[in-house]
Amino acid sequence: MTTPELDEATRLTTQPKPVEQPRRGDPFGPLRLGWRQLTSMRTALLLLFLLALASVPGGFLPQRKINPVRVSEYIRSHGAAGRFMDRIGLFDVFSSVWFSAIYLLLFISLVGCLIPRSRLHLRALTARPPKVPKTLKRLPVSASWVAAAPVESVLDDARAALRGWRVERRGSELSAEKGYLRETGNLVFHISLVLLLIGIALNSFYGFKGTVLVVEGKGFSNTLALYDNVQPAKRFNPSSLVPFTVGLTQFHATYGDDGKALTFDADITWSRDGKPSKAYDLRVNHPLVVGNAKTYLIGHGYAPHIVFRDVDGTVVDDSAVPCLPQDPQFLSTCVIKEPSTKATQFGFRGVFTPTTVSDAAQRVGSSYPGLRRPALTLVAFAGDLSLDGGTPQSVYSLDTTAMKAVDKGQAHALQPGQTWVLPDGASLTYVDTLQWANLQVTQDPSRRLMLVAAIGIVGGLLLSLFIRRRRVWVRAGEGADGTTTVEVGGLSRTDPERFASEFAELVTDIRRERA
Amino acid sequence: MPDKGLGQLGDGLLFTAVVLYALAMLGYAAEQATSRARQRVTSVRAASSVLVGSGPPVTVPAETVTVSAPSRAGQFAFGLTGIGWVVHLTSIVLRGFAAHRVPWGNMYEFSSAAAFVAVTAFLGMVVRGRIDRALGAFVMVPVVLYLGLASSLLYTAAGPLVPALNSYWIKIHVAAAILASGSFLLSGVVALLYLLRSRYDTHPKAAFPVSLGRQLPAAAALDRMSYAVIAFAFPVWTFAIIAGAIWAESAWGRYWGWDPKETWSFITWVLYAGYLHARATAGWKGRKAAWVAVAAAGALIIDYYVVNIFVVGLHSYA
Ligand code: HEM
Repeated sequence: MTTPELDEATRLTTQPKPVEQPRRGDPFGPLRLGWRQLTSMRTALLLLFLLALASVPGGFLPQRKINPVRVSEYIRSHGAAGRFMDRIGLFDVFSSVWFSAIYLLLFISLVGCLIPRSRLHLRALTARPPKVPKTLKRLPVSASWVAAAPVESVLDDARAALRGWRVERRGSELSAEKGYLRETGNLVFHISLVLLLIGIALNSFYGFKGTVLVVEGKGFSNTLALYDNVQPAKRFNPSSLVPFTVGLTQFHATYGDDGKALTFDADITWSRDGKPSKAYDLRVNHPLVVGNAKTYLIGHGYAPHIVFRDVDGTVVDDSAVPCLPQDPQFLSTCVIKEPSTKATQFGFRGVFTPTTVSDAAQRVGSSYPGLRRPALTLVAFAGDLSLDGGTPQSVYSLDTTAMKAVDKGQAHALQPGQTWVLPDGASLTYVDTLQWANLQVTQDPSRRLMLVAAIGIVGGLLLSLFIRRRRVWVRAGEGADGTTTVEVGGLSRTDPERFASEFAELVTDIRRERA
Repeated sequence: MPDKGLGQLGDGLLFTAVVLYALAMLGYAAEQATSRARQRVTSVRAASSVLVGSGPPVTVPAETVTVSAPSRAGQFAFGLTGIGWVVHLTSIVLRGFAAHRVPWGNMYEFSSAAAFVAVTAFLGMVVRGRIDRALGAFVMVPVVLYLGLASSLLYTAAGPLVPALNSYWIKIHVAAAILASGSFLLSGVVALLYLLRSRYDTHPKAAFPVSLGRQLPAAAALDRMSYAVIAFAFPVWTFAIIAGAIWAESAWGRYWGWDPKETWSFITWVLYAGYLHARATAGWKGRKAAWVAVAAAGALIIDYYVVNIFVVGLHSYA
């Protein structure tokens, strides 16, 4: 199958042809050649392998974006090798220069390959099936016979057998083609890949992600200042935050007997633009959607409700203190700061345990994540909390450089309702236990585009892999005494086995029409 | 609460299925040992033309015709595979009832379901006449090994799911992932057989294991089969990844975070895309493409086993 005519007739794809040498004397020759190389199938293949290969370290080594602690441990325990690996980006694979270079080249290659392919395919969609090749016998499948009927009726029969095909008649020859959707699907698939990348890029320019910790009975509104932690994208505009508020009514978690979590629910109320508020059950896998903002439940913990009285008995603090979970049984660390006292300030540091146990050395622990025997075990400090120093301090850490431990640093365990009276008369009461939920809000401007791309990717693939593009040609030649010599040939791009039987059926159909 | 008795019955049935598959494997091997010579002759005679009804001969390429010589041992083995399949299916269904959820929530269940897909695909293709039953020996060896390993090393008693897995997306995402990975595993086996056979074709005097190639279907048929299975599984895998991204977005608030599991699914996907490209690229058809298919199946195995067992990530639920 080497004649140019047969070559053209048997091309059933817009796949780029192998790169040839440029014509001599073409000033843009090398450029043209480079571009053709970049957009060739071979380069696409090479870049795909490189992309897979470049992802491998990301699949084995800890990555800074996911687990910075494990990355520093890894580097520390591997010494110079670890530092070298860090320098070449092995712990930030997916934002490294080399990884980006590969996928950018791949997408340049993809776009460069898609434009001519789309043009070719549009032309094929509107063109007539190609002329009948001279020698049908050279095709992968062919048949010939002598029919008793005249040429016209054989051609009519062939047309009838080729119902559903695009058929073109030239003289006493028919060219038929079917399965254009294969190539359409293939192009839709590749174009959708480009759309997906555009969506990802849009999100990384204009997206937003913030997290906020909310205690039962409290709430937050979607404004930048109220978040504990925000990751706005490079071009994110705070005025594009959807104006809504959320209040946390109650948080529930249920656990199995072995302490494994079974369900988490946050009963919340929400309202947009000051409209009447609505209730919502916020769960894992069940985020709240307001406009293009989505609110997720991503964590939870306990917040003991405490009341602190100054030396003269006035209440200076009545609040819930969020404690940070440290283990699966929710042993949590707590810090309490009392800056609003008249004389000396107080700070407390300790642990909250929902189901308290203590070992032989009197160390407290928790044996179950649910609230069975809650206790708040604290050490108190008196002095200066160093809050005016100008450097902002985390609410979860206590600076005791200017403080003295109370009771020689002896820890006091409080159960709900109990009060610890400090030596100078001030007191701390552990009233009861509330819970907190960690909420994450994301705004993604490209959500719809991504959905379209996803549908295009799957749909395009299905068309591209399951539709078979094929051609059939029929030639009817007048023979002696009114008979007709019929030659039929065909080819398919894929699945020659199925095509061979389809072809055989076609041949029988053409013959049977006038049996 | 999970039902202990049902769960144990399901485990017992899975064990029975493995035994049946192992016996079937022996039957296929016996069939191959006896039918080799006859098969040679028939496939040569069937080569160049096929008659369609009373019509004219239609010329088709020789290698598209595969004919298997029937044998008692083979029929027996095929029957055993069928019974094993029913028992296997029952064990999966019982597991679901025992745990009150879909029976693919941990690695043990996942492996059992993936092997089930591979056996189903094999049976389906034999019944539809798309492949030779004689391949059974080569398909059953990995299936038996795989199920054996899964039920000893990865065994987990029937129980409830952790909250993040408790979503209807698990049904969709994981079902698609199982369907695709069972098929990919099968295609990986067939690609290996293709490599063996095509090596045998060029080195007919080579020693074991290349000499096994003599008993295999024609290289072109194996190549087409492994392509057909991948062409089926690739869109399903693509869909599984997309469904996973949607699920991750609703569970964790992000589509994609390059978690190790996600990374390996991506590598697997890219390698299969590479395989499909390789088949369409001059100079890459045939053996090179088959090696890509084997590498991709390797990435899939890393994705399931190495990542779940050795690498820490959000997906470590087993
Ligand atoms: C982002 C990277 C790419 C991915 C993931 C990808 C994926 C795929 C997949 C899965 C197929 C199989 C569909 C089928 O067999 O019909 C395919 C086919 C194809 N791809 Fe790509 N592709 C990529 C980039 C490219 C590039 C850069 C080119 C340009 C040279 C290209 C050209 C083609 C062609 C021509 C086919 C059709 C092969 C044929 O059936 O003849 N692809 N691609």
